[in-house]
Amino acid sequence: MSLRYLLQRLGTLLLVLFGVSILTFSIIPLVPGSPARVTLGVMATDASVAALEHQMGLDRPLTTQYWTWVTGIVLHGNFGSSLISGKPITEQVRHRLPATLILAFTALLIGLIIAIPSGIVSALRPGSARDLGVSVMSQIGVSIPDFWLGILLILVFAQYLHWLPSSGYAPLSEGLGAYLRHILLPAATAGVISGSIMARFVRSAMMEVLGNDYVRTARAKGLDPRRVIGKHVLRNAAITIVTIVGLQMATLLSSVVVVEIIFAWPGLGSMALNATLQRDYPVLQASVLLFATSFAVINLLTDLSYVLLDPSVEYA
Amino acid sequence: MSDASIARTPEAAGAGDTTGRRSLLRRALRHPLVVTGSIVVLALAVVAVFGRWLAPFDPTTMDFAARFAPPSWTHPFGTDDFGRDVFSRVLFGAAVSFKVAFIAVGISGTVGVLLGLLAGFLGGWIDELVMRVMDILFAFPAVLLAITVMAILGRGVGNAMIAIAIVYIPIFARVTRGAVISVRGREYVTAARAMGQGSWRIMLRHVLPNSLGPIIVQTSLSLAFAILAEAALSFFGLGTQPPEPSWGRMLSEGRSFLHQAPWMGIFPGLAIMVSVLGFNLLGDGLRDVLDPRSSR
Repeated sequence: MSLRYLLQRLGTLLLVLFGVSILTFSIIPLVPGSPARVTLGVMATDASVAALEHQMGLDRPLTTQYWTWVTGIVLHGNFGSSLISGKPITEQVRHRLPATLILAFTALLIGLIIAIPSGIVSALRPGSARDLGVSVMSQIGVSIPDFWLGILLILVFAQYLHWLPSSGYAPLSEGLGAYLRHILLPAATAGVISGSIMARFVRSAMMEVLGNDYVRTARAKGLDPRRVIGKHVLRNAAITIVTIVGLQMATLLSSVVVVEIIFAWPGLGSMALNATLQRDYPVLQASVLLFATSFAVINLLTDLSYVLLDPSVEYA
Repeated sequence: MSDASIARTPEAAGAGDTTGRRSLLRRALRHPLVVTGSIVVLALAVVAVFGRWLAPFDPTTMDFAARFAPPSWTHPFGTDDFGRDVFSRVLFGAAVSFKVAFIAVGISGTVGVLLGLLAGFLGGWIDELVMRVMDILFAFPAVLLAITVMAILGRGVGNAMIAIAIVYIPIFARVTRGAVISVRGREYVTAARAMGQGSWRIMLRHVLPNSLGPIIVQTSLSLAFAILAEAALSFFGLGTQPPEPSWGRMLSEGRSFLHQAPWMGIFPGLAIMVSVLGFNLLGDGLRDVLDPRSSR
């Protein structure tokens, strides 16, 4: 990978992050009327609205407000204070960010456990009953609303079978058992859907590699079929699969927002919705900014991993 | 350049189009995904348009004597906590879902296609500017972007349409730009330029019609996601407001009575899934027919 390409991609990332910060900051100025009035309600006196506007810094020029906000985050990790609780948002973020990341990675793991074997099985016998079965399941998985799947899983595993809790979060410090019991349903909800999407990509990546001359040669040489798959096909399909995982990780974050809300998971997604419902705009800004930044960074890492993994790909 | 390609002036390209379109239509009508998807979507469209006449009950009429009635001949999908007929509410909900999905995708398609067309055809700084703005919008997870737009605009079905439209503009812009770039160097575009046609005329008469394949596929897939997004926003209490029946809203209401009346959550969810599945199947099938390389 050339240094020029790396710098170019980093430059694009910075540009995107700058744009993201502008758009996220714009949430407050774009709210029709005064956000302070919206937060306090129509019965609030002009004096209390003015006081809140001053506290939020809304009486200053927009450029000053942006600069204060962005430098506070970049230099001090300070996202401001919640309008509802008055507590520093950074404190909330510190608790909620790990919960979101753990949920996203566990969901990704479940997705991969579903996608890789089913994608391989499907690609090895295209047109077979197994392939059709995987395709049908994958179509259903892609079409099923995540919030509905979550509800169904709660209904079956929490309400009828009483195997797992219907909501909540237990950190690893409370023991592996409690942690797994709490994370399984939300992670499975997001994981099944992303696994369905990834299975289609794994299948098509495998099919592409299976059609190559070197695979035909390896088979013609009489190599053990498992070895052909393991040594030649999977290794070459891995490049595409890694790219898909990266892209899926970004999409998964979107699903995680929904899943967190369904399962009362104390992450950034539920924080964003609660902030929206309570009109706690600074909290919403923090959540949106963190999600978008993670999204942009994951996209960059995916692009870079693609170049690193496949030496034949070189960008100017 | 062969004689055949020299002869392919804009007029010549147009003359061969009818045969090409017929052949495409024949292929589409034989494709199992297109056929299955079309049947599902058409059936749902009929429900969306005629649902109010097909519904056996008024979707908002309460009957407290029939609260939480399980599925029966009178109430095929049971009743909810206010004794309202879930079947009638699901039928009415189709109209809301389809209206929001079509209007939102109509807005995002129009704006996104126009931006992608300009970026792909004109290139240069316009391309850079449009695509960087799209990159920025892409950095927001779809649901979160929709929630954020709703936070600014406020709750309601109209604002949900705008929020969903904003989410899908970058997707249409990217898809259109890619298609336009692959078309803009073709002989018939060069010929049109040589004939002195203006940029707008070339874009609208030659480039756009020949870039429609991926855009049509994206439209179908976006309709699927728009139905999901509307349901999600209504589920969170941001989209359709009570007492208007919407699938997402019904799911949200049914969530509180999962153990007591699971049908309140099961049937609206099924309706969402079948609609999304229909548009997905149609989109995937159309991709196989119109854009075979990308479906591999």
